Amino acid sequence: MSAGPGAAPGSPGAAAPPVTLTPAAAELIRSLRGQHGPLMFHQSGGCCDGSAPMCYPAGEFRTGGSDVLLASLVLDGVPEPVEFWISVSQWALWKHTTLTVDVVPGRGSGFSLEAPEGVRFLIRSQLAT
Amino acid sequence: MTRYDAPTHWQSRYDHFIGGEYVKPHHGRYFENPTPVTGQTFCEVARGTAEDVERALDAAHGAADAWGRTSVAERSLILNRIADRMQENLESLAVAETWENGKPVRESLAADIPLAIDHFRYFAGAIRAQEGTLGEIDDDTVAYHFHEPLGVVGQIIPWNFPILMATWKLAPALAAGNAVVLKPAEQTPASIHYWLSLVADLLPPGVLNIVNGFGVEAGKPLASSPRVAKVAFTGETTTGRLIMQYASENIKPVTLELGGKSPNIFFDDVSSSRDDFFDKALEGFTMFALNSGEVCTCPSRALIQQGHYSDFLAAAVERTNAVVQGHPLDTDTMIGAQASNDQLEKILSYLDIGRQEGARVLTGGSRADLGGDLSGGYYVEPTIFEGDNSMRIFQEEIFGPVVSVTSFADLDDAVKIANDTLYGLGAGVWTRDMNTAYRAGRSIQAGRVWTNCYHAYPAHAAFGGYKQSGIGRENHKMMLEHYQQTKNLLVSYSTKKLGFF
Repeated sequence: MSAGPGAAPGSPGAAAPPVTLTPAAAELIRSLRGQHGPLMFHQSGGCCDGSAPMCYPAGEFRTGGSDVLLASLVLDGVPEPVEFWISVSQWALWKHTTLTVDVVPGRGSGFSLEAPEGVRFLIRSQLAT
Repeated sequence: MTRYDAPTHWQSRYDHFIGGEYVKPHHGRYFENPTPVTGQTFCEVARGTAEDVERALDAAHGAADAWGRTSVAERSLILNRIADRMQENLESLAVAETWENGKPVRESLAADIPLAIDHFRYFAGAIRAQEGTLGEIDDDTVAYHFHEPLGVVGQIIPWNFPILMATWKLAPALAAGNAVVLKPAEQTPASIHYWLSLVADLLPPGVLNIVNGFGVEAGKPLASSPRVAKVAFTGETTTGRLIMQYASENIKPVTLELGGKSPNIFFDDVSSSRDDFFDKALEGFTMFALNSGEVCTCPSRALIQQGHYSDFLAAAVERTNAVVQGHPLDTDTMIGAQASNDQLEKILSYLDIGRQEGARVLTGGSRADLGGDLSGGYYVEPTIFEGDNSMRIFQEEIFGPVVSVTSFADLDDAVKIANDTLYGLGAGVWTRDMNTAYRAGRSIQAGRVWTNCYHAYPAHAAFGGYKQSGIGRENHKMMLEHYQQTKNLLVSYSTKKLGFF
């Protein structure tokens, strides 16, 4: 379960932070930060690798008015917060849950930075209380 | 029953196919490719990077002009010959596809490979029959419209039907006279190379180039290159948006297929008789397990009308319980493995959130351990949830053998629930009443409404999405135009000046 550093407010009314990180996910983010510089996440939807959180160099994916910033994740060893974004329409369907970013062995998906490492970020969800 | 042996025709290592020959990756790196059947690695695959993509683009640009000027008769003949080679090797292609992806071989044999063969034949015919147009503007002026190839196109292929999805993109692109740089999915990079071993000699060097690798390392340089005239992608929404962003930098078109959350609607009259149609409808319900649920149009929401809800659902559970899960190379097996470990983990995460949200598990609900060698593979029990359309398991594409069931009152209610989704790729309507079928089909916001059938993918039936499911229509001759420019020659046959100057 979540043992991460928590998140900045982004989900009005939710008691728990909307996005947290497992220790394994935090460690992977630190490693990717060292390789690629500042990072961001955008939560995907749809087929194939949909529902997976995509990790990019910060600014690689251009967010806009159709997106909501769910969290700015603060991690030890990472100089700047890591923003976690999701589309407004998808968040409308997800907002009764909180998200934990975990990492599992895997083979890739999309253009997410961790795929060549043989691992994959994965969302685990909990009902917001 | 037949149990095929694990295929032995693999090379131990696959490089990139560029300019008609295999070339090593620029950085000399490879990644392991496991079979989801057992989880064991069976080959290594080149880990492509921007340098490899550039080399492939060089080859494609070198070949594109001549290929585009090759007569449609010749291009068509080559596509037909590709189809012939595939027909002659149908079994070995099907076994390769199953070993690569984990799908039951009965599906590879009866669907994936035969459909791919027919797809090449369809576009071989479609390009022969395609005509430009002319418009008579006035007595002296004619507007001619010619189809011209785009040039060099990039294609990024998903892992759920590695050969068939590559074919959906390759056949129209090649027919239309384009040279292609194709990146297979990193989860399923090998079967396309086995296919290539059967057909590579038929295509001029450089017309088809395959660069393997990960999305971030090989897909991004391809999708963002100013040297591709168009990008075709099947996958998920965030990457779809990213590819559109890259394309916007270069002002290039894209076609995207980004999935769905397809409703499968069963009206009361389905149960008015226990006949063949009722039996067919139960099979239609159970289609959520086809390809282990890894289909963009998986009928993952079943909407059952209230009048027959309990009885139909009970029969559907019984039909689902009869699904045989086993070794994917066994022809009796109806459901095989999920394509990758991360896909397995994602499905399990949805089984968890479905339970947390209060959905009832009517059958399945767990990872399946099939014992022996298969214990290392990625298997999930066919699962039926009963719940409400607002739950996340009703709103997100799980891409596994999981269906979420709810009830509806009448036609309007069915359409309302069906359309209460971000996506609009596929849908199913089951009824004995043609008026109901027509009204429902026209009201559902989806690109494909199967009516009294499901999961049929014949060439010549357009396939593509409404809403967030994407842009473009594959599987139909209209896809040719997604791979073509329109050249207008506006010709005056008058010798008289206009008189302005």
